[in-house]
Amino acid sequence: MATPFSQPSLTRPNRVLGSTGSVFSTPRSLRFCGLRREALGFSPSNHLALRSDRIIVPSRRFEVSASSAAGNGAPPKSFDYDLIIIGAGVGGHGAALHAVEKGLKTAIIEGDVVGGTCVNRGCVPSKALLAVSGRMRELQNEHHMKSFGLQVSAAGYDRQGVADHANNLATKIRNNLTNSMKALGVDILTGFGSVLGPQKVKYGKDNIITAKNIIIATGSVPFVPKGIEVDGKTVITSDHALKLESVPDWIAIVGSGYIGLEFSDVYTALGSEVTFIEALDQLMPGFDPEISKLAQRVLINPRKIDYHTGVFASKITPAKDGKPVMIELIDAKTKEPKDTLEVDAALIATGRAPFTNGLGLENVNVVTQRGFIPVDERMRVIDGNGKLVPNLYCIGDANGKLMLAHAASAQGISVVEQVSGRDHVLNHLSIPAACFTHPEISMVGLTEPQAREKGEKEGFKVSVAKTSFKANTKALAENEGEGIAKMIYRPDNGEILGVHIFGLHAADLIHEASNAMALGTRIQDIKLAVHAHPTLSEVLDELFKAAKVESHATARTEDAKAKLNMDEDDLRSGDDEKQDSVIKDLIVISTSPSSFIENIYARVLSLVSRILV
Amino acid sequence: MAASSSSFLPTPSLSNSKSTISFASSVSPPLRRVVFRSSTPSSSHRRVMTVRSKIREIFMPALSSTMTEGKIVSWIKTEGEKLAKGESVVVVESDKADMDVETFYDGYLAAIVVGEGETAPVGAAIGLLAETEAEIEEAKNKAASKPSSSSAVVPSPPPPATSSPAPPAIAQPSSDSPRKTVATPYAKKLAKQHKVDIGSVAGTGPFGRITASDVEAAAGIAPSVAPPPPPTAAAPTAKATTSNSPPLLPDSSVVPFTAMQSAVSKNMIESLSVPTFRVGYPVNTDALDALYEKVKPKGVTMTALLAKAVGMALAQHPVVNASCKDGKSFSYNSNINVAVAVAINGGLITPVLQDADKLDLYLLSQKWKELVGKARSKQLQPHEYNSGTFTLSNLGMFGVDRFDAILPPGQGAIMAVGASKPTVVADKDGFFSVKNTMLVNVTADHRIVYGADLAAFLQTFAKIVENPDSLTL
Repeated sequence: MATPFSQPSLTRPNRVLGSTGSVFSTPRSLRFCGLRREALGFSPSNHLALRSDRIIVPSRRFEVSASSAAGNGAPPKSFDYDLIIIGAGVGGHGAALHAVEKGLKTAIIEGDVVGGTCVNRGCVPSKALLAVSGRMRELQNEHHMKSFGLQVSAAGYDRQGVADHANNLATKIRNNLTNSMKALGVDILTGFGSVLGPQKVKYGKDNIITAKNIIIATGSVPFVPKGIEVDGKTVITSDHALKLESVPDWIAIVGSGYIGLEFSDVYTALGSEVTFIEALDQLMPGFDPEISKLAQRVLINPRKIDYHTGVFASKITPAKDGKPVMIELIDAKTKEPKDTLEVDAALIATGRAPFTNGLGLENVNVVTQRGFIPVDERMRVIDGNGKLVPNLYCIGDANGKLMLAHAASAQGISVVEQVSGRDHVLNHLSIPAACFTHPEISMVGLTEPQAREKGEKEGFKVSVAKTSFKANTKALAENEGEGIAKMIYRPDNGEILGVHIFGLHAADLIHEASNAMALGTRIQDIKLAVHAHPTLSEVLDELFKAAKVESHATARTEDAKAKLNMDEDDLRSGDDEKQDSVIKDLIVISTSPSSFIENIYARVLSLVSRILV
Repeated sequence: MAASSSSFLPTPSLSNSKSTISFASSVSPPLRRVVFRSSTPSSSHRRVMTVRSKIREIFMPALSSTMTEGKIVSWIKTEGEKLAKGESVVVVESDKADMDVETFYDGYLAAIVVGEGETAPVGAAIGLLAETEAEIEEAKNKAASKPSSSSAVVPSPPPPATSSPAPPAIAQPSSDSPRKTVATPYAKKLAKQHKVDIGSVAGTGPFGRITASDVEAAAGIAPSVAPPPPPTAAAPTAKATTSNSPPLLPDSSVVPFTAMQSAVSKNMIESLSVPTFRVGYPVNTDALDALYEKVKPKGVTMTALLAKAVGMALAQHPVVNASCKDGKSFSYNSNINVAVAVAINGGLITPVLQDADKLDLYLLSQKWKELVGKARSKQLQPHEYNSGTFTLSNLGMFGVDRFDAILPPGQGAIMAVGASKPTVVADKDGFFSVKNTMLVNVTADHRIVYGADLAAFLQTFAKIVENPDSLTL
C-alpha cells in the first residue's frame, strides 16, 4: 500500500532517450555506458562490464519502443495476444507498460475499475487523507506553531471537503493510469476475467481470447475475520473508511499493522478517539521492535488512543436499535472472554485476503492455499501436483509473497522480462515498505531479530548502526527532530541487511538504502557518496558513516563479483545461446574503445537527456 | 512549599551535572539533568508509614518555577533494573526542557507508577525505588494499592486535582473485572493524569459513557478548549487577546511571549485575585550612603545593603514575611528570603537572597553577584528564583523617585524603592536642611498584612537604614 506510481514518469524519460538514440544512431547501450563512466570514474572496468548486462535492458527497450510505435506488434501465430493480464491494478499496469516496451501485444482485463485497490481503495486515497491529517495535526499543535513563531487560530475541517480530496485524487490517478495504457496501445477489456485453459482466457459474458502468456493480477480484498458483521456504516473496512462518510467520536481499530496505524493517524487528527485491538502481545507487529517501540511513544501514547493487546475481536455487532457497536474480546491464547467494548464504530484492519475466487483455476488444476495462488520465485504458477503451469504467472497480492503495490509492479516487470526472453528473479528483500503516519515509518530488508537469527544460522556477525533525526539540520529546521534511522549490516563485508527509518519523510528516505541493497552496493562504497547539505538525506549519510565495516573488507569485494557472476550463471544455466549473447555484450562493452567520438556522443546524450527530463 | 520543591534539587551533585536548569529556554532546550532526592521515610515527619521497608518514592521533580506537571518522556531503566546512585533513571519533560533525572540512591527500580508519555503533577510519585531485590515485590504491591500518601507531599499549587484521596488509576485499560464502566480512551488518560477514579465518575456521553469532559468536571478543571497537547499556562490569555482585541494596525507585528514572558504574564494575571494596598514612606539615606561609600571597596552593593535592611526589618515583623495561600490562614515562613527583581534581556527574574537577615553583608554581596551572574547566563536553579518570601524592586538607579509594584503571587509584600535624592526637609525644631531622601512604597496583601503592620514595618526599616551600623554587624 505504498507509492507505486513512479511507473509512467520513470519510463517516459527512457523512451525519450531511446528515440533520441535513434536520431543520433548511436551504438546500443553506449549512452548508458558513457554515463556510467562519468558517474563512477573510479570503478574498475571489468566491474563496469559486469554491471552492464543489466544495462542492456534500456537499449533493447529502445528497439522495441520503435516497433511498438508501429502498432502494438503483429499478432504472432494464432494467439490473439502475446500477453493477457487479468486485473488492472498497479501490478497489472506495471506489467502492461513494460510489456508494451518489450514489444508484446498486450491486453488487460478489468472487472471493476482500473487502478485496483491501491488507486481506488488503498494507498492513493489514504495518502490524501493522511495529507489532511498531517496538516491538521501541525495546525493543532500550538507548541509546534509557537516554536516557529506562527500564530494560528483554531484549525477546523469540513468532512465532505476532506472526503472529496481523497476521491478526486483517486479519480485523477485512475485517469492517468487508464490514459497511460491507452496511449501505449494496451487493450483494456472490461469484464471479469477467468482462465479457461492453457493460454485461454474468458472475460465478460462469453468473450474468449488466447494469449501466449497469462498473468493473474487480481489482487486482494480486505480480510474480515468470522464473527464480524460489516455493515459499511458503523463496522467498516478500509474500503469504506477511505470514503470518510463519517468521523465517529470513538472508533475501535482491529489490527495495528500499517493500515490500522495510518487510519489511527487520520482519525485522531480529525478528532476521534481510537481503541486498538491487537491479537499479538505487542502493537505494531512486523516492524523492527526498536522502531515500533519508538513509534508507539510518538504515534500512540501521546494521542487519544488506548489499546488491548493479546485479544481477538470474536464478535462485532454494528450499531442498531439504539445500541452502540459491540465488540466482544477474547484472549488470543486461552480463548476466554475478556471484555466487551461499546464504541461508535469499528474499522477492520486485519490484513487483506487474496481475490482469487471464480478465476477458473480448476481448469488448469491449480489449488489455492488460503486463497493465495502458489508460485515459484519467478512468479510461475504451481499446480496441485507441484508442477509448473506453463505460460501462467501470478503477481501481486494474489500470490501473497509481499502484499505491496510496488512489489506487485516489480513482480509484473520481472515476469515480462522472462516472457520476453530474459531470465529475471526479483529480490524481495530489497523492496522497501512504508507507513505514512506522522512522522513516517519505512523499512527495507531484515529486522534486527531476523538478521541476528540469520547471522547465527549462517555464521556471520551482525552489527547495527543508528542515527537520530535530532542531529539533522533540516529536521531541526522543520522542528521535527523526532526519529531515528537504523541499519543492520554485516561488519565483515559491509553488506546492508536492513534499514529502518522512523521520522520526517522516512518513506522518501528509504530508497537510498533499498537501491543500495538492490544493486549490491556495500557500505564502504556508499559511505563515500555525497549528500546535499542540509537535507534529510544526511540522516542516511550519517548512518552509512556510522557503520563500522572491518578494514579487510575491500570496496566492491572480489567475492561480491564472484557471487554476482554465479547468480547470473545460475539464471542462465541451460540456455547457452543466451549466455553467449550476454558474453558478447559484455565483451563489446568492456573492450569497445572509449574513443573520443564515443565520449562526445555520451556527453551530448547525457545533456539531451537532462534537458528533456 | 517552595522549600519542598527545592528538596528535589541537587546540592551535592550540582558540581558534576553538566548543565543546570534554566528558566527561559524557549528554543530547543538541550537535555539537562537534575537529581531527585526521594524523601526518606525516616526523615519525613509528615509520613509515618513504611518505616521499616526501604522503599522510596520517586517524585516528579519541579524543574522550573512555572512547572505544575511534568511528562515522562521515557524511562531509561525498566522495572526491576538495578540503579546506582547518580545514574539517569527517567527523562522528564517540563514546560521548558527535557531533563534526565538521576537517582540519589542505590537500589532497584521496583515499579513505574507513571508510564511513558503520561503526565503527573509536580511532587506526585512516578516510581518506586526498592533498596533490595527482595523488596521489589513489596514495592510493586504498594504501587498497585497506591496509598494516598503522595498527596501529602504535593508541593505548592498544582491543579486542585489531588484534593480527593483517590488512588491513581493504574489499572490497564481493560483486563480486570468486566464491570461496565465505559470510558473513552482520552477520558481514561485524563483520569490517570489527574488521579480521578474513573469508577466514581458519572458518564454523560452517548450510551452513558464517560467522556473526557466528564473526567475534567470530576477533577474540577475547566474543560480544555485546547486540542490534545496539555494546554500550556499561557494559552488562555493568548486566546483571550486574539479573540477580543481589535485588529492590528497595518505594519504592526505580533511577537509571542518567550517562556519567561509567559510565566510573568501568568503571574501577573494571577496577582489580580489578591486584594492589595500600598503604603509609602520617606527614608533618610545620608547615613546609608556614607556607609555604602565605606563598604563599596569591599564589594558590597546597594542591593545587598537594602536586602539586608529589609531582612532585618522583616525579622521583627514576621507577618510581612508571611503569605496567604488559601484565603483562610496565615502561612508564616521560617526563613526570610528576599527576592530582588532584576531586568534581564527581554525578561524579569527574581533571584533570591536566602536568609537575608542572617547572612552578613559581605556574604550577601558575594551571593548576590553570583546570582546575577547566573541569571544573565540563564543558569539559575529553580530554588534560586522561586523561594522568595518578600520581594525588593529598586528602580532608583534610573532616577525614578517613586513607583508602585505588583505583588507577586505567593508572597505577602513587595517593596518598591525609588532614587535617593537631596531633599529639603524640616526637622522637628523647624530647621530646614538638605538630606538625601528615598521614597519606598510597599504593596501588601491586605488579607494578612494590615495598614498598621505595614506602617510599623516601614518604620523599623527606616530606622535601620537611618542608623545603618547594625547592617554591618
